[in-house]
Amino acid sequence: MSFYSEYLKYKNFEFNKFLENITSSDIFRIINKDKIDEYDFLALLSNEAEKYLEEMAQKAHRLTIQSFGKTILLYTPLYLSNFCINRCSYCGFNIENKIKRKKLTFEEIEEEAKVISSTGLRHILILTGESRKETPVSYIIDAVKILKKYFDSISIEIYPLKEDEYREVIEAGVDGLTIYQEVYDEDIYDKVHIAGLKKNYRFRLNAPERACKARMRNVNIGALLGLNDWRKETFMTGLHAKYLQDKYSDVEVSVSLPRIRPHIGVYEDIYPVSDKNLVQIILALRLFLPRVGITISTRENQKLRDNLIPLGITKMSAGVSTEVGGHSSKTKSDSQFEISDKRSVIEMKEAISARGYQPVFKDWMHID
Amino acid sequence: MDKLVIGGVKLESRLFIGTGKFPSKKIIPDVVKTSKSQVITMALRRVDINSKEENILEYIPKDCILLPNTSGARNAEEAVRIARLAKALGCGNWIKIEVISDNKYLLPDNYETIKATETLAKEGFIVLPYMSPDLIAAKRLVEAGAAAVMPLGAPIGTNRGLKTKELIQIMIDEIDLPIIVDAGIGKPSDAAEAMEMGAAAVLVNTAIATAGDPVKMAEAFRLAVEAGRLAYISKLGPEKKFAEASSPLTGFLNEGEK
Ligand code: SF4
Repeated sequence: MSFYSEYLKYKNFEFNKFLENITSSDIFRIINKDKIDEYDFLALLSNEAEKYLEEMAQKAHRLTIQSFGKTILLYTPLYLSNFCINRCSYCGFNIENKIKRKKLTFEEIEEEAKVISSTGLRHILILTGESRKETPVSYIIDAVKILKKYFDSISIEIYPLKEDEYREVIEAGVDGLTIYQEVYDEDIYDKVHIAGLKKNYRFRLNAPERACKARMRNVNIGALLGLNDWRKETFMTGLHAKYLQDKYSDVEVSVSLPRIRPHIGVYEDIYPVSDKNLVQIILALRLFLPRVGITISTRENQKLRDNLIPLGITKMSAGVSTEVGGHSSKTKSDSQFEISDKRSVIEMKEAISARGYQPVFKDWMHID
Repeated sequence: MDKLVIGGVKLESRLFIGTGKFPSKKIIPDVVKTSKSQVITMALRRVDINSKEENILEYIPKDCILLPNTSGARNAEEAVRIARLAKALGCGNWIKIEVISDNKYLLPDNYETIKATETLAKEGFIVLPYMSPDLIAAKRLVEAGAAAVMPLGAPIGTNRGLKTKELIQIMIDEIDLPIIVDAGIGKPSDAAEAMEMGAAAVLVNTAIATAGDPVKMAEAFRLAVEAGRLAYISKLGPEKKFAEASSPLTGFLNEGEK
């Protein structure tokens, strides 16, 4: 059994009919429950629930503080390469896009690591486009060996691996995996992934579970909001997180909520997700899964990010560049998407403290 | 007040405090001051000795006993490795074993905890294992060389109070080591209750760290712990489960004596 069978259960579910029938008394009942099930969760994503965001926010705030305290973990992404064999209609690294391609040499990786670690950050997320030829697993492993000298926690956001490959990278020092399904709706998935290995929906869908089986510590999943109706996608994301949490209880599961950003080669067919919608998504997820981490990236602007802090966010990126070599090199590549919150690590640190939260730089260490 | 002895060390304070979850590390010294705590726990995973500003150890007064915990350990082996790292980093030889393989409720794995305790006690650590209250597991921890046993009152962070009261009472009655109630204590009155029951100490983190005024809340907990201990050593009157009946049912047994 895999999460695919869970997905199938809801494939033909009449979401709109269910959502339209939610009443205010349903929402009150759910907010006052200790534990909410998946239908309650879906109800919290309804139009009706939007009227009760404040009530939801109060509870989400309380639940988050109970589990995580007033703390926000900081990390930054490090782009190693933007070579990619795929044609994802929503991404600037798409093989069709005529952009400057670049892959960091090991010397350059060390340079980037020095610059980033001098800002105090101890958690890093390394990213590549999907190219097993340009950035094979062996390249990732060598990069991790270098980065281990500078960072206490290393996560990867690369093409989906096989279970034994996840084991290899964990062995090398990786403790976290980020992999977004992008869109859970299988038909839309097929449509937006025009060509390339990424077309394989189920191989990607099961990647987080393969990592759990390989004993990854942190697994972070998500949908790229904007590719489909956010209500359905958030619902599937929540179910996926719960599936992993129930089945692999020693893994720390978290979710990211990326909204589509402008990039080179614009994608037209976007389902809008307003700030209000994003808030509702965060709150519903928190009420459904009190112990799941929630990450918000610099795709969102400064003001919104600051306001989201007390609503259930546990992890934020800071001092971000989405260009390969963006931290140290003079010859940068083109970027994956435009970032919105351009604040430095020090500025983020101050903003978090100003909200009465503790910025956490280190929450893991290599223990082998 | 009577002193608590753990690992040969005499402690005045029976309130242990945690350092996670605070809105700022800067208030930790004040919290330590008002709580009068002498034993301070922190997750080793959070200790950053390479950064003066970010290093939690810089905020803990030097005369306190550091009680690093193995948060993040999924089994005995990882707990042992984290404990050794803690010692190597200069955190002393006290260790709170925390083995959690369930991130949903954060309940400890007693079996792996016993294994880790055994290994670390042999290596000379003063081992304080965090556990789900269970008499048999507690006895195994005693055999394994624990210096105290730390059962949870309710799952971590829930502030629900002494949900496991009956089980903790049995442990207090039967186990010859200090029983320190760890996790779940949400209010000073919960702490007082644990102390009245005969707990040797309590460990509080969430309830202080997430209070509106952590510094004052730390003081409230100190007073509650002291009050509870005082009540315990002054021997509380027995609680009467049944009111004494005005016409006793067994009175006839004494009738011949009149
Ligand atoms: S989303 Fe990933 S796989 Fe798709 S084009 Fe961008 S980098 Fe390549």
